[in-house]
Formats: sequence, C-alpha cells, structure tokens
Amino acid sequence: MFYREAGDFSTTYPEDSQTFPIRFDRYRYYVVLAFAFLVVPFIINDYWANAILLPFLIYAIAAIGLNILTGYCGQVSLGTGGFMAVGAYACYKFMTAFPDLSMFINVILAGLVTAIVGVLFGLPSLRIKGFYLAVATLAAQFFLVWLFNRVPWFYNYSASGQINAPERAEFGILVTGPNASAWATYLFCLIFVTISALIARNLTRGSIGRSWMAIRDMDIAAEIIGVNPLKAKLSAFAVSSFFIGISGALFFAVYLGAVEVGEVFGITKSFLVLFMVIIGGLGSVFGSFAGAAFMVLLPVLLKVVGVDMLGMPTDIVAHLQLVVVGALIIMFLIMEPHGLAQLWRLAKEKLRLWPFPH
Amino acid sequence: MKLKLTTLALGAIMAAGPVLADLVLPSLSYRTGPFAVGGIPLADGYADYFTMVNARDGGIGGLPVRVIECETAYNTEKGVECYEATKGEGALVYQPFSTGITYQLIPKATADGIPLHTMGYGRTSAKNGKVFSHVFNYPTNYWDAASVAINYLLDENGGDINGRKIALVYHNSAYGKEPIRTLEELAKKHGFELSLLPVDHPGQEQKSQWLQIRREKPDTVLMWGWGVMNQVAIQEAANIRFPMEDFIGVWWSGAEADVIPAGDASNGYKSLIMNGMGKNYPIYDDIQKYVVDTGKAAGVGDQIGTVLYNRTIYAGFLAHMAILKAQEIHGVADITPPMMRDGMEALVITEEMMAANGMPGFGPEFEVSCENHGGPGVGAVQQWDASAGVWNQITEFKASDKSIIDPLVEADSMAYAAENNIELRCN
Repeated sequence: MFYREAGDFSTTYPEDSQTFPIRFDRYRYYVVLAFAFLVVPFIINDYWANAILLPFLIYAIAAIGLNILTGYCGQVSLGTGGFMAVGAYACYKFMTAFPDLSMFINVILAGLVTAIVGVLFGLPSLRIKGFYLAVATLAAQFFLVWLFNRVPWFYNYSASGQINAPERAEFGILVTGPNASAWATYLFCLIFVTISALIARNLTRGSIGRSWMAIRDMDIAAEIIGVNPLKAKLSAFAVSSFFIGISGALFFAVYLGAVEVGEVFGITKSFLVLFMVIIGGLGSVFGSFAGAAFMVLLPVLLKVVGVDMLGMPTDIVAHLQLVVVGALIIMFLIMEPHGLAQLWRLAKEKLRLWPFPH
Repeated sequence: MKLKLTTLALGAIMAAGPVLADLVLPSLSYRTGPFAVGGIPLADGYADYFTMVNARDGGIGGLPVRVIECETAYNTEKGVECYEATKGEGALVYQPFSTGITYQLIPKATADGIPLHTMGYGRTSAKNGKVFSHVFNYPTNYWDAASVAINYLLDENGGDINGRKIALVYHNSAYGKEPIRTLEELAKKHGFELSLLPVDHPGQEQKSQWLQIRREKPDTVLMWGWGVMNQVAIQEAANIRFPMEDFIGVWWSGAEADVIPAGDASNGYKSLIMNGMGKNYPIYDDIQKYVVDTGKAAGVGDQIGTVLYNRTIYAGFLAHMAILKAQEIHGVADITPPMMRDGMEALVITEEMMAANGMPGFGPEFEVSCENHGGPGVGAVQQWDASAGVWNQITEFKASDKSIIDPLVEADSMAYAAENNIELRCN
C-alpha cells in the first residue's frame, strides 16, 4: 500500500534520478523536514534540546562524515575523535580571534581546517589499507589529543587547559553560550545537518561518490578502469573530515560550551561514531541518522525506563546499558550487517505489499 | 517516525511526575566508570545524610528533602544531560563532585539562576563572588591545597625548601592542571624546583612518569589524582621504592580505597584533608539509628565512615545549613533556587552549629560573603597507617598562603569576567 511506484511516472531524467523517486516517500520526507523546521522549534525545551536533539543532530553530522570515509570509500578510520577536536579547537580559535565573525562562517572555517588536517593524515592511506590504516588513524587520534593538551596556544593559555565558547549571536539571536535559547541552538544545528546531508547525498551519487565506491569495492580494479586513487582517497578524507570538523565545532560551541580535549574527544568518541555508522548502516546517509539516533536515544530511553519508571538503582541501569548496547552491537553484526538502513529498506519492501502479501 | 514515537513516550513519562512540596537536591553521582571508587562513597554519603535528616528532623523546615540521583560516570556529556533532566524538578543546588562537569555547569547554572557548590574542587577563582554570582567553593579550594602542602613542607624543613625538587603528578585535565599556577608562584617565592608530570585520563598508565621520578629523584612528590589513578600511582611509587613519607596527595587522593590495594607498601603515604575523619562523631549514632538500622542506607552500605563518605556528609551538612539560612532569610519553607543562593551567600558556620548537628570540630568555622565565596581555605595533613588500616591526622588545620592565592584568584576571575562581559557585583 505504501511506497508503491504505481501511477508515479517520471517524464524527465532529473525526475527519474531524484533521491526519493516514489511520491509517497518524497512527501514523507517533506513532512519530516517541515516538522523539524516548523513544529519542533515551538515545542522544544532545554531538556529536549540539550539531552537529546542537539547530540543527535551533531552526531548525525559526524556519522555522515565517517560514513563517507568508511562506508563509501572503504577506509577504516579511528581518528574521528581527534578530527572532531580539530574542528572544536579551530572554531574556538576563530571565535576568539575574530569576535565579529558570523558563527556560520566560524563553523565552516573549522570544517575547512579539519579537512586540511584530514588530508594530511589521509596521505598514508595511499600506501596502507585495512587494519594498518586503522592503526595510522589511531595515531592521529592520540597525536591530536596530545597536541591540544600540550600546546597552550590552542587553548589561549587558560589555566585549566579548557576551552570555553564565548557568546555569539546570529541575526541578533544567541546561538552559543549559556543564555542561548533551546530553539535557536536546535535550529542552528538543524540547518547544518540538513545542508550536510544534502551535500553528502549528492556527492555520493555523483561521479566522485562512484569513484569512492569503486575504490571501496576493489581498489586495483578501480585503478585499472581509470579511477585516480590519490584523488579519490584524499577527497574522501577531505570531505569526511570537513563534516567531522563541523560536528566537532558544533559539539563544542553549541552543545557543550566548554570542552576538555582528553575527556570529550578521546578514543571513546571515535568508537562511538564508528558504532553509529556500523549500526546505522555502512554506505547510507539515512543509516548515519538512524545510527546516531539509536546511540543517543537508547541510553536515555534505558535510563528513563529503568530509573524513572522502574525505580532501579542508577548504577545498575548504567551497567545494564553497557550490556544492552554491547549485545545489540553483536546482534546487529550477526543478524543484519547492513544495519538499520537495511531494516528500513526491508520495511519499505514489506509496506509496499501490505496488507496483501502474496 | 521512530524518533517521534520515542519522543511522545518520553514526553508522557516526564509529564507524569507528582507535584509535592519538597526540597530537591540532585546528586550527580558516578557509581560506574574509572572514578567509581571515589564516586560510590561520595554518592552514599550525600544520600545517607539527607535520609537521616528526613527521618530525624522530619526534613528541613518541615519539608522533606528529595535527593535525585543521576549517573554521570564522571562524563561531562552525561553530566549535562543529568543537569537538564533534574533542573526542572526545582533543583536547589548542584554538587557535581567533578571539576569537568563543574566547568560545564558554571555558565549554565548561572544563566538558570541555580547555585553551584563545589567544595575543594571546581574552578578555584569562583571564590571571587564579585564575578561568580552563583558559584560557591567554600570552605576551601585547590590553590589552598597546593599552598597548604607547601606550607607543610616548609614546617617539616625548618622553613627552608630552597633548592628542593618537587614533582607534581597530576591528572591531565582541568582538575589536575588547577594547582600548577599556584605551585609555580610558590616555587618562585620559596625557591624550590617544580617538575610537572601529567598522567592521561583515566590514569592506569603511569609507568613512564614513575620511571622519570626514579631518574630525577625529587625530594617530594605531590599528586592531584582521582579514581583509579590514585591506586595506580601509589602502587607505582611502591614499585620504585619511593619513600611514602615524601609522597603527598591532595584531598581527593587520600581515601582508604586508594591505599589499600598497595598493602603494607603504602604505609606512611600522606594526603591533605579538609574535614573531620573517622566515625567518632555523634552524627554517626544518628546515621546508625535512622539510616543503617532501618535498612535505608544508600548503595551497599559498606562505605560509612570512610574519608570520602565523610566528605559528602560534610557537603550535605553545608547544604542543610544553607537551606536553613535561606528559609530564615525569606521566611518560607519551600525555597526556590535563587533563595537558596541567598542562603549560601549569607551562610555562617559556627562550632555550635556543627556540635548541635553531631559534628563537633568537623570543619572550620567560616562566614560566606558577597565578595568571598571561598571560605577560609584551611587544610591539614593525614598519614596512612597500613598495619592498623587507619588514617591519622598529623597536623592541625592550617591556613594557606593568601598573599600568593588572592592575587591569582583576582587575576583569573577578572580575566573570566572580561571574557564573558560580566558586571562586577557587591558594590
């Protein structure tokens, strides 16, 4: 009944190659967008923004970034936390060095700086692959965190070694700092998420995305048919790091407001984003959102059910959460290696025939 | 779709809470993770204190105290989530027992008008009430700790530590970096050589730091550690046979759980303290009677009387007194967070108050004022006796070197005020 292509005729090539070729799917997408932009800002409160929606949106950008590198181009990276740190510290340096610069420009500049750093650390990928590349990016993770801890210039010589986001307004509305209202920070992040997802979607189905996928599927074959591995791999590192840098900048400036590099952007962050990508679905933009939602919402949900509804001790719930998340990751890897995105695809197939499957 | 359904479910759950007049004190605890060894006694003490107050006095000013526990695992992101989840319940004061979360909450809590009490941790320059309207760190802070430790060394060495080598082993975070500036100033004043040895989060890897200590042979090692880092450091010090008498931890590195793993080798280890120790206080009779015997003890109930449990008994006592003060100032029992802030700013702690609450001599007498949110800043030194398994206090509570600390507090808080365009108060 749903997701049927019957009666849906495309008469031009652009219509045929659009992201949501089925009319129902397209309307659903518009409804979700309209709801996110026009309804949520009016009903959001501090708790929803700071505990659920902001981390979800920001992690979604990071997951899109990592998905481009790992899911589309097949280069395993464990340096996500380090690259997010680059974005955060770049954003901080721009915010403090140029107080009049728009936050939009700050965040985008932070993304560009991260892209450059990402390309630098992507250079070894031309020689090494697989596990060895994972180790090389792991080195990036540790080096970057060490660097931001070691060189006081990055944190403007503050005594605590922390960076604090000063207040910045956009069109007269505060988007960073403690006095920013929930809807403003939410919308600010939502704009970045929407644009990032659009860019990612359109890059991955264009020629550059095809060259990434060719490298992922078999790099030697790709080279033979004329894909330049240097260009493909480094562009994947650049684009991926750009998104991860943006997410790091938002994570610091809009969500947390104060950051301590070793704790916030440590190796656990790299793994968290990697889990999002794996659980959500490698090589899928929707999967990045699904994975981010899953990893952000599940702990909150478990906590609400366990502590607030069942009255269990907080430490039991926290430990239970580790068990549940771990078990789910293993279950996903065994039962659905293509992640939540594949489940969604299957659900669509089923819904198409529902309620009369043959 | 999925998101929206969960959204609705969560919204329904959150709207369904009962509305009763009570005094809400959130406890951002960490019973899990690498710092649980410190977090568990802290959370137990805070919960037990108010269980006792509710049972013994029927609450504070006739209203029951409700402690909401929220697990942070010492993680700043979860700390923010806990803060947002609990602030709507009418939270009167936050005591996160984590310097990282404190830095996170200083701007947020100030914007929301909720006071923050960080005793002996957090941002030291929050002592300056002219800049930090909603942050309190009485009775003492990190810079006082650094100075008290150096003063102790001065006393031990006849007032002269010129040329001595002192190494600081610290958790490489805002917490561990706090004392560095003070120690550098003190090094200039007293002529000792300071070397800095950062240990990365969480602190299980310290081999290279202790190798360096073995090579450089400092006369004294100071430590700013927490959680698992403390046990590892003391074990490593024992491994290189560093004399424990010359190893001094801050008050977050001096609990039973820190020294017991190293066994007899930890005998003689010293640490600072800021409040009374042991169970020889009348309040423990009340805790036994109203909390333990009625089976209401928080956690497993095996932390009672330990160093960190005593610390949150003290934290609970200070919050208790501040609530009483706020009720007295505003003449209502059901106080709001801004009233609580007024209570904290007008707080006076006297020996009689401590004695009346079964805690004679538990902490210093002090007065909080609009300018000074930091209290007197005193500390003492305790030493571990491994065979008896007890900490012994070996010095009196002594004041820190204010001639060094006050200018540093002034400079750091003014820099914060300038950075964030804060107008000075108390004029």
